[in-house]
Formats: sequence, structure tokens, C-alpha cells
Amino acid sequence: MLGFGILSGLLILPLVGAAFILTLRGDSEAARSNARWAALATTIATFLLSLVAWARFDVASASFQLVESHSWLTETIRFKLGVDGFSMPLVLLTTFLMPFCILASWESIENRVKEYFVAFLVLETTMIGVFCALDLVLFYLFFEAGLIPMFLIIGIWGGKRRIYASFKFFLYTLLGSVLMLLAIMAMYWAAGTTDIPTLLAFKFAPNLQIWLWLAFFASFAVKMPMWPVHTWLPDAHVEAPTAGSVILAGVLLKMGGYGFIRVSLPMFPDASLYFAPLVYALSVIAIIYTSLVALMQEDIKKLIAYSSVAHMGFVTMGLFSMNEQGIQGAMFTMISHGLISGALFLSVGVIYDRMHTREIKAYGGLVNRMPLYAVVFLILTMANVALPGTSGFIGEFLTLMGAFRSNTWVAFFAATGVILSAAYALWLYRRVVYGPLEKPALQGITDLNRREIITFAPLILLIIYYGVQPGPILDAFAAPTDALMNSVQAALATVKTAAVAAH
Amino acid sequence: MYHAIVFLPLVGFLIAGIFGRVLGARPSELITTALLFIAAVLSWISFIHVGFGEGATRVQVAQWMSVGDLQVDWAFRIDTLTAMMLVVVNTVSALVHLYSIGYMHEDPHRPRFFAYLSLFTFAMLMLVTADNLIQMFFGWEGVGLASYLLIGFWYQKDSANAAAMKAFIVNRVGDFGFLLGIFTIFVLFNGVTFDGIFPRVAEFANARFTFLGIEWHALTIACLLLFMGAMGKSAQFLLHTWLPDAMEGPTPVSALIHAATMVTAGVFMVARLSPVFEYAPAALTVVTVIGGITAFFAATIGLVQNDIKRVIAYSTCSQLGYMFVGLGVGAYSAGVFHLFTHAFFKALLFLGAGSVIHAMHHEQDIRHMGALRRYIPFTTAMMAVGTLALTGFPFTAGYYSKDAIIEAAYAAHSSAGSFAFLATVVAAFMTSFYSWRLFFLTFEGTARWGHGHHTPSAHEGVEHDESGHDVEPGSHAQHEHGHDDHAHDDHAHGHHGSHMPHESPLVMLVPLLVLAIGAVLAGVIFHGAFIGEGYEEFWKGALFTGPNNHILETMHHLPGWVPLLPTIMMILGFLVAVYMYIIDAKQPAKLAADHPILYRFLLNKWYFDELYDAIFVRPAMAIGRFLWRTGDQRIIDGLGPDGISARVLDVTRGVVRVQTGYVYHYAFAMLIGVAALVTFYLFRGAH
Repeated sequence: MLGFGILSGLLILPLVGAAFILTLRGDSEAARSNARWAALATTIATFLLSLVAWARFDVASASFQLVESHSWLTETIRFKLGVDGFSMPLVLLTTFLMPFCILASWESIENRVKEYFVAFLVLETTMIGVFCALDLVLFYLFFEAGLIPMFLIIGIWGGKRRIYASFKFFLYTLLGSVLMLLAIMAMYWAAGTTDIPTLLAFKFAPNLQIWLWLAFFASFAVKMPMWPVHTWLPDAHVEAPTAGSVILAGVLLKMGGYGFIRVSLPMFPDASLYFAPLVYALSVIAIIYTSLVALMQEDIKKLIAYSSVAHMGFVTMGLFSMNEQGIQGAMFTMISHGLISGALFLSVGVIYDRMHTREIKAYGGLVNRMPLYAVVFLILTMANVALPGTSGFIGEFLTLMGAFRSNTWVAFFAATGVILSAAYALWLYRRVVYGPLEKPALQGITDLNRREIITFAPLILLIIYYGVQPGPILDAFAAPTDALMNSVQAALATVKTAAVAAH
Repeated sequence: MYHAIVFLPLVGFLIAGIFGRVLGARPSELITTALLFIAAVLSWISFIHVGFGEGATRVQVAQWMSVGDLQVDWAFRIDTLTAMMLVVVNTVSALVHLYSIGYMHEDPHRPRFFAYLSLFTFAMLMLVTADNLIQMFFGWEGVGLASYLLIGFWYQKDSANAAAMKAFIVNRVGDFGFLLGIFTIFVLFNGVTFDGIFPRVAEFANARFTFLGIEWHALTIACLLLFMGAMGKSAQFLLHTWLPDAMEGPTPVSALIHAATMVTAGVFMVARLSPVFEYAPAALTVVTVIGGITAFFAATIGLVQNDIKRVIAYSTCSQLGYMFVGLGVGAYSAGVFHLFTHAFFKALLFLGAGSVIHAMHHEQDIRHMGALRRYIPFTTAMMAVGTLALTGFPFTAGYYSKDAIIEAAYAAHSSAGSFAFLATVVAAFMTSFYSWRLFFLTFEGTARWGHGHHTPSAHEGVEHDESGHDVEPGSHAQHEHGHDDHAHDDHAHGHHGSHMPHESPLVMLVPLLVLAIGAVLAGVIFHGAFIGEGYEEFWKGALFTGPNNHILETMHHLPGWVPLLPTIMMILGFLVAVYMYIIDAKQPAKLAADHPILYRFLLNKWYFDELYDAIFVRPAMAIGRFLWRTGDQRIIDGLGPDGISARVLDVTRGVVRVQTGYVYHYAFAMLIGVAALVTFYLFRGAH
């Protein structure tokens, strides 16, 4: 492919699909249908291509693979792509979730259909780009560019308060990205390159690390989102169309965690250690605070959004515990949360499409008319409360274990999330699904149709499969985690020697 | 063979769960029941093989996860303790499956019911065969899920849904401790498999571990945290509140899950970890004290309850306390033996109660029963056997196991042991009293059911209101809403009296008979192996006792009055019950009227539900609302985006297509960034 590798293919393919949809003329039903099918075909093809990449990927190696490098802005700022064990599963998660988003938008999007699918395909390119970029400038470009289609999706196809939500989204992310850009410039100044593999080996001065860490933290913490910069997320979720929520929770939130593991932890190990207590505190607050807030929500989507914030608290806690269980558990939580929360938002979409409300009060007794839906929602609820046997458990358990090894207080408080998550999730389930079917509006509600069954089946199978056999994902994380731990420990050892020498 | 024992119920669950609606109810029932019977037969074979032969083994199934030092497998640890639990779980489960074919025959959701039962059995088997703490936790939460689903089986009833949720959440409180306990063990031993932990416990006999800023004796804190999990699952004092409410589930479920198997998981866990607990004497003291309190406290509540299932539920709670007393004083085998025998007679009592409820068309209030002996003689006989075994009538199962625990508590010669001895002896008296009270009110005396016969016999004669959670005698309409009396077994209740009570079908009576045989014979046959001369040969190290633990020997050399005491208590309880409910039926009402405060205190279960509601549930909700409305919306949003956006909106007012406008702003900001970067490079490149 003209010297382009498989990762470029992953980036280009969705753009090709988008270009094709743009060429479609008119707004007839036929054109809309073509746009849908084209988008579906493109995302499936992209997923298959990512499977090919996965097949060529060597899990045992900690180095970057499938690397390709093309000249770009200058000789030092190159268009460089590559994946390692941390990023490969995230690429797969992205390409895997996209077809479900297209399917979920099949009937619920009625105006500007073509533009909608174009936005989604462009979004896919930028998301894959973030996980594949091996140059910080390129990383920054994709990281920020992805916001534009998401912003459009919320702002144009969103709910009643979409302007407010998209505006809030915009404000928060702008704040972080400016600082990140400054930090990238400073890093170039210090190291003379923006090439990520080179930077990973570079030792930044401890003082500089502190400032760089904070600048990146501003951007990643908003993206995670961590408490107290999380309030954009519930609003964005509530207003976004179903597929937008799926991508937001499933993939966009993972960019923050990916940023921590790609940039903050390996490049600024001293600063990471220095700030670990701060991250712990924010994570624990996030877990308890947002779980309690989730308990009182009246809107289904908002409740799940708050529960996402709590789960992301487990991720940051695990990452900064800096041991194998914590880091691998955090990475696993990201993948598993992508599947679970994605599926949860899809299941909210199912009843929203029928009733056009997300108010918990408007529902009750759905099991009477929607037994299949009740089963699906039950499995997802149980995965959300991290029941062993679902993928949610593996991540939550490992992150807690990692945290316990480094600080028992953190694990103690974070483990209360185990109780609180059960409280809000089961209460939601009880109010929506159980009970007699009394509301007149619900009398005619129909169970899952075939398209919806096809959507949920693979997600649920994977959630259970990875709960019982997490090996395929966990093993991918093992090699880079070892490498990361070694380099962090080496850095910490030099700091210690320096400290001893200074005295 | 062990694969078959564990996975056959899973197969049954999948068949009935996925294809149940296609297959229909009867095939689903038959398939799941047949698979369970096969598993039960295989369990007995393996029990004899392991217990009385050389069958202890480890069966690797698959790897689960491998993260750094953490290596977890799906594997079965088969030793005498496991084999015994396999027998208990599969036997009771198979009989309950069979019984349910009759009991649930009118329910439209039978495939779902049988699927849940089989799912529960599978999870319970994973728990008892676990080779490591994490697989045990898998089974632990799995049975919690099944229990949640089965308590809430009649999902149209709000009380059932509330009870299901409560059970899950209270159990999660225990699991919180369990998880932290697993982590502590992992940090100490660098592994979670039993094979890796047990041989090395002695190395850590004096190790210290800092947990929450306090330096603890490492094994003690680990055991205490793990025991918290056991308290949740086994409904011990403080975490017991879910068990009585769990009676909202169908009665076969109460028999299987909330009497015979799941609630004994905590007992099993402590017994399984006996090599660790043995080195944590302080933790064992806690186990003893909690067990003693529970045995006493649950029995006091059982004295005054009027719902047939709740009386038995509190009895279960109390008996679990006995088991923990046995474990706590170091007589692990006595605790486990009581687990074994209790499974038979308590399942018998629950299934018998189910048969009564079936006969009475879903009436559960014993004040509205009476004189049923003439109508359902077989059930009456079975209930009598169960009651005899529970109260410890000589040579029945309870006589061997319960009395052994009381003797062990005395033999411990510690202050905790003495306390537990006192508590269990008093509880033995109360057990006998409430069991016979239940029996007499149900089967003897005058019939208090039938046409318009709602008033008669709130024998306690105290008038209660809604807030007091008692129910005014005679106002049946209120029973459905009263806190105590809402546990009717089906939504289709309330038309009792229109039919005569009738004996249950054979499919329900056969399980009763089998369990009755177990309740009579389990003690006689097995006490030698479990706690007597065959101890070493039978257990083969599955239960660990330290070199200084001689409690089983001491038990056999007690002063003569100690072994007699439980039997005397049993007789006393019986006589008092006879006096109050047969000879002078006015006594109970008089007694209750004389001590209204005590009576209300007991009837309202020591006000634990109200207490927890006030200190946990409502504050959590209030804090949640505060954090949301004030924390998120007023402070964070108010100071952050809303404040800024209000200013910016002022500026951009008048822009019609707002959304695209912002995108351009945004794209523009990004472009400026890129431009700045490129300029910067060019600048540097020039030098």
C-alpha cells in the first residue's frame, strides 16, 4: 500500500468511507440507507483490518510494533505510528465498538443522516490515531481533533440541552489542551524531539517533570474524567445520542487513562511518584462521591454516567499504585468498562427509542413485557457492579489489590465502592425493570427486536468470556507493564542514589 | 467425575435458562432435576471415596488469570471437607428441585425458577470446591446473585424486590471485608491458593502487618477481615438483617439457600481456613463471641414471630451462631458437623413449612392455623421429626451435633468460651420453646382458619399499629402492609379459608421423607467420623488443629452435668411450650401484655432495620443528594463552566447557528496552537 502499513490503513479506511458517504447525493430514503450501509461496511472492514493487525502483533514483546514513519512537519516531527501491548487492545476496542454505534443509530437518527455518519467515521480515525501515534505532536493533533466530531454529534444530534452540554464539554477540554501543548513544546525544548520511543528513554530533570506532569495532568484528568472536573460528563452523556454516549464512555474516556500510561507514568516517573497521593485522593473521592451522587439520580443515563466516573476512579487508582496488579488491572478496567458501559448506554438507548424519556420514574415493571431486555440489562448491571465471572470483576479486583499493596487506606475507602455500586445499580434495576407494569404508556412496549439482539449478543458474550478467561487481554499488558515497572524503578533508583550522594 | 458434579448443574441452568421458553416448563423441570440427581449420586460416591478412602485430590480445570505474582486457576480442591459439602449441597438441591415440581406447579415462570435453582447450585459448588480464595469469592458472589434472583423471583411484589436488593447489598458489606482479607493474605503469602498458604502459615505466626495506620498481628487482621465476609453470608449478628426478609422468596428457595447451603458458606469458609484461623487466637475469640451473641439474639426474636417461615429463619440464624461457636473454640469439626446435620433437619422444616403453606393456600401466619394435624398428618409427622432433631432429642441428628458444640464451648475454658456456653445453653431452651410453639400453634389446638375466622388468636393480645410494625389482631387487611406480616408466600394469598387444607402431592412428600431419614440418622451414623474416634482418619488434615488444641479430647472428659444440660433445656422448653399453648392458652397473651416493651422489642427484631435505616440508608441518600445538588451543581459547575459560560454567552449572543460557531472557535484555537508550534520549529531550525 504505497509504503503505508496496516496502521495507516486503519486510519485511512474510515476516511474513505466518510468520503464515499459525502459523495452521496440528495436526502432521499435511498441515500440515507446507502449512507447507513456504507458506514456499517466501513466500520466492519476497519474492525477486520484491526484483527489482522492483532494477528501480526507479538504479545510477548514490550516494544512498539507495526511501526511506520513518514516525514511530516519537519525531520524531527514525523508522522510515526506504532502499537504496543497497552495500545493494541484499545485500538481493537475502538474498532469493535464502532459497528455497534452505527447499528444503534440505524433508526434513531432521522435528520442529517449522512453528516452524522461522516462525523462518526472521522471520529473513528482520530481515536485510532490517538492510540497509534508515536509522535507527541501527532498524538496531540488526534487527541484534540477527536473532540470536534464529538462536539458536533452532541451539539447537532443531541437532546434538549445539547448546546449547554457541548459548550461545557468544549470549555473543559480547551482548558487542558492548551497546557498540554505548552508541555509538548517544553519537552521538545528539553529533549530535542517529540518522538515517543525516544522520549520514553529520556530522563527529564525532576523539577521540569513536576511542571510537565501537571500540564499533562490537566488534560488527562479532564478526559478521564477525575473529580472535580467530571461535571461535563453527565451532561454530555445525557444530551448525546445513544451512539455518542457509547463512544464517549467506551473510548473517549480511555484517552485520559491511555495518556497517563503512555506519557505521565513512563516519562515523568519522579513526578508521578510525587503526585501519587494526590491522584489517590482524587480517585477515592471520585469513587465514593460519584457513587453517592449516582444513588440519587433521576435520569438513567446520568446515573450510568456517574457510575462511569466512579469506575474511572478505579483506573487512576490502579495506574498510580505502580505495581503489576494495579497497572494491568487499570488497563483491563478500561477495556472492560468500554464494553460494559458501552452496552449499558445501548440498553438505555433501547428504551429511550421506545419511550423517548430517560426518567427513571417513567419506567417500572419492564420485565413483564420485555423479558429478554430484562435479562440483558441484568447481566450488564451485574457486570457493572463487578460480579465475579464478568470482566468488570477482574479489573476492579486487580486495581483494588494493587492499591492495597501500596496503601491500605486507599484500598479501604475505594472498596466501599463495592457496596455503593451494588446499591445504586440494583436500585436502578428494581425501579426500571421489576415491579408490576402499571404505567399506561408502557403497556404497548415491545421487547428487543432482532437488530438489538444482534447488537447485544456479542457484547455480553465478550463480557462474560473475559470475566472467565481474561488472559488474552491481560497477557497483552504484561510485557509493557514489566518494561514500564523496570524503567520506573531504574529512575527511582537513580533518584535515591542522587539523594544519598547529596547528603 | 468432579467435572460432572460441578458442571452438570451449570448445564441444567443453561438449558433451562436459554431454551426454557422453547422447551416448556415440564421438560425444563425434568432436565434440571435429573441432572441434579446424577450430581447428588456422584457426590455421595465421592464422599465415601474421599472420606473413607484415599481420594483427596486436586483437579485443574483452566487458568483464570496471571498477573505478576498473582496466579489464579479454575481448579477443584477435593478433600473431606469439600466432599462433605458436595453431599450437602447436591442432596438438598436435588430434593428441593424435586419438591419444587410440586410446589411451583401453578407458577407460570417455572423454567426460570429451575434455571435459577441450578445456577445457585453451580455457584455453591464452585465455592466449596475452590482451590483458592478468588475462586471461592467467585462462588461466594455467584450464590449471592442466585439468592438475589430467587428472593426477587416474584418480581411483581415490591416487598420481594426490596428484600432481594437488601440481601445483595448487606452481603456486599461482608464482601467488602472478604476482599480486603484476600488482599491481606496475598500481601503476606504472595499467593492466594490454599496449597500455597496453608503449609506456610506457621512462618507468619508472629508477623505484623500495618493496616489503616495500625500495626496488627498479621494473621489476626487477615482472619477478622475474612470473617466479616462470613458474617455477611451467614447472617451473623449485625449483618443478619437480610435473612428474615429473604423469606419473601418461594419456600423451596428458603430451604435450599437460606437454611441448608448458602448461609453455611461462612461456616465453610472459616473451616476451610482453619489452618490460618488456628494461628489467630484473637480472631477466633471474635468468632466465638459473635456466634454466641447470634445464637442467643436470634433465638429471642424467634420466640415471638408469627410468620411460620420467619420463625424458622430466625432459628437458622441462631443455629449458624452455634456453628460459629464451635469453630471459634477450635472444635472445627463440631461446627462442620452441625452444618451437616442442620442441612437435613432445617431443609426438612422449611419444606414442611412449605407443605403447610401449600395446604393452607398461601397462608403463612401461624395465628391463622391450628389443628392441622388431622388434615395433613404426613406433613405433621415430618415436621415433628424435624422439630425433634432441631431441639436435640436424644439420638436424633441435633442431639449429636448441637450438644457437641455446647460441650466444646464449656471445654474451651476461656472467657469467650464461657460466654458462648451460657448463650448457647439459654438459646437451646429458647430453641426448644419456639420450635414447639410453632408446632403446637400450627398443628394442635383449635382451628383458627375457615370462613370469616380472622380474628381469633393474636395470642399475645397486644394491639399494634403500622408504625409499631405490629398488627392489630383481627384486621387482616393490615397484615399485608404490616412490616412483620408481609411475607406471604405468594401474591395470590388471602383467600384461605375457602378450601379445606389438603395434603401435598407425592412429589413434595418424598423429599420430606428422605430429609427426615437424614435428620434422624445423620447424627448416629456420622458422629464417630466427624467428631469422635474416627476423626483423624476421616478428615485427613482437611481441618487443621494446632499442637495445643486438645478441645475434642477435653470434650469427652467433662463433668457429668454438662452433657446433660442441653437435654434438660430441651425438655424444659418443651414443657413450657406445652403449658403455654396446650394447657393454658391464655398465658402468652397475658405475658405479652405484662411486658409490652420487651415484647415489642423482640417482635420488632431489636429494631435493627430501623437503626440501620437511620444511620446508613437515609444519610447515604441525603449525602448523595447534597453532593449532587450542592457539590456538583452549585460549587463545581457554579464556579467553573457555568460562571464562565454565562460570561461567554453574553458575548456570543446573537450568533444564530451557535453550535457551528463554537466549532470554528475551537478549530481556530487548535490551529493557533499548531501554528505556534510550527513557528517555534522554524525559529529553532533557523539557528
